[in-house]
Amino acid sequence: MNVFILASLIEPSVGLIFWTTITFIILLVLLGKFAWKPILSAIKTREQGIEEALSSAEKALNDMRELRSNNEKILADARSERDNLLKEARDTKEAIIAEAKAKSQAEADRIMSSAREQITNEKNAALVELKNQVATLSIEIAEKILRSELSSDDKQKALVTNLMKDVTLN
Amino acid sequence: MTSKINTFKKFANIHFVVVTLLMLSFNNLFGSEPQEGQTEAEVHSAASSVPHESHAEGGPVDITAVAFEHILDSHSWHFWGEGHDAVSLPLPVILKGKNGIYTFMSSEFHHDNQGFVVVEKNGERFVNFEEKIYFANETPNEYGQYVSLTAADKEVAVLNETPLDFSITKNVTQMFISMFVLFWLFISIANAYKTTGVTSAPKGKQSFFEPLIIFVRDDIAKGNIGHGSEKFVPYLLTVFFLILVNNVFGLIPIGANLTGNIAFTLVLSTATLIITNLNGNKNYWSHIFLPHAPKAIWPILIPIEIAGIFIKPIALMIRLFANMTAGHIIVISLIGLIFVFKSAMIGFVSVPFALFIDILECLVAFLQAFIFTMLTALFIGSAVADHHEDSHQDEDHNLAKSHH
Repeated sequence: MNVFILASLIEPSVGLIFWTTITFIILLVLLGKFAWKPILSAIKTREQGIEEALSSAEKALNDMRELRSNNEKILADARSERDNLLKEARDTKEAIIAEAKAKSQAEADRIMSSAREQITNEKNAALVELKNQVATLSIEIAEKILRSELSSDDKQKALVTNLMKDVTLN
Repeated sequence: MTSKINTFKKFANIHFVVVTLLMLSFNNLFGSEPQEGQTEAEVHSAASSVPHESHAEGGPVDITAVAFEHILDSHSWHFWGEGHDAVSLPLPVILKGKNGIYTFMSSEFHHDNQGFVVVEKNGERFVNFEEKIYFANETPNEYGQYVSLTAADKEVAVLNETPLDFSITKNVTQMFISMFVLFWLFISIANAYKTTGVTSAPKGKQSFFEPLIIFVRDDIAKGNIGHGSEKFVPYLLTVFFLILVNNVFGLIPIGANLTGNIAFTLVLSTATLIITNLNGNKNYWSHIFLPHAPKAIWPILIPIEIAGIFIKPIALMIRLFANMTAGHIIVISLIGLIFVFKSAMIGFVSVPFALFIDILECLVAFLQAFIFTMLTALFIGSAVADHHEDSHQDEDHNLAKSHH
């Protein structure tokens, strides 16, 4: 076999090693700085963006679900609140009516009783008056009768007789 | 995982050995028989199995030479044609001679790579022999070559000294092209992220390369390194795409076989070696120097573990080099059958086969880039992992408990 050519096949040449080293270092530095760094960071940013978008969509969905359940809760609360309010209003109304009734009843009673008292007083006063009048009248009548009875001697005598009759009966 | 690595290793080795044997047989059958009507120099070069560009019309085709011309580096980018009709792109030659540094275009060798043409610069004389530059002899040898060759049996050795060769060769040019392609590709992708923002879907190049980038980041880096893989991702991405782009370029018929060159794979695997060991943690080193085994076998185990530090990147180096080279040799050999048998009918067999291998090579281009990157990540992962030792201790603890 052609050992000479085989030797040149497996014998690395200094020049090519030199240029390969230089080229490789330049490639590493420049590609690293101007290609791989921006590309890798862009891909990473995008991956993070996608991840964030997915997780935020998930979060938004959860939030919405929570919001919906919250809304329902709030609605239920509002409904029960309304019912409470209505019930309270009704109660208050009834209470007010009852109180008013009681008050008016008491007032009426008071008026009635005072009226009755006054009537009694008036009646008593009237009775006293009447008694006085009757007494006066009776005195006057008695005076007149006495006068007429005692106007003649006969009559005086008849009276004494009568009175005497009575006395004996006793 | 180690069994997987071993399988790959075995596969790569078998692949390489088979291809080498194939080439051996071709060479013996068709490459080394001298034919009538050739010049003495050609006889010499054929006899010594040195490929020659100026084969006489109708002479035997040295498939080995053609194949190796395709897979080896050269000082000019040859497109087509033979000898002086060859259409090629001259590339700069940069040499550090005895008295200084010289630069000139490879066209000054006038397509010669057999040591016939001498280029003289500042009193120093250079020749190109088999795409390697040597200091030229003062006088030519009997065939007109300015190099001293010893051809014992079929082995050729060049006795001349060599200058330090920093030439922009075909492979270096290919590497520069791929570097600019990578810059253009990934910086424009990076800008696309900046302009369209991160919220819009990727478009065009972006949508093709983004899954690959994410694959390297998640499956290769995170899968093998685990926690703290982020800081190795830029290195792994660079290695992956540099290998991938050059593997694909190598598949283009006039492209250079850069990833099938051992110097290139040597640099990449050395980088992996350095990164792995710089990041090795306490567990990694204690696994090597204080192995979890009886002290009696430490003298055997520790040298093996130390050798393992180097064997792992060497396996990386050979795997990529051998796989890419082997694939190229198979394609060339299948196409070469047409010329060996001098019958177009062979084309009906060898062209579909070559097409099949080419498609397979497209897969291999991705596969080898993936394997190199994956194994690099695995080595780094083994150096930074810390759960391993803990689980051992847990086991011991449980064992001790059960004894009580």
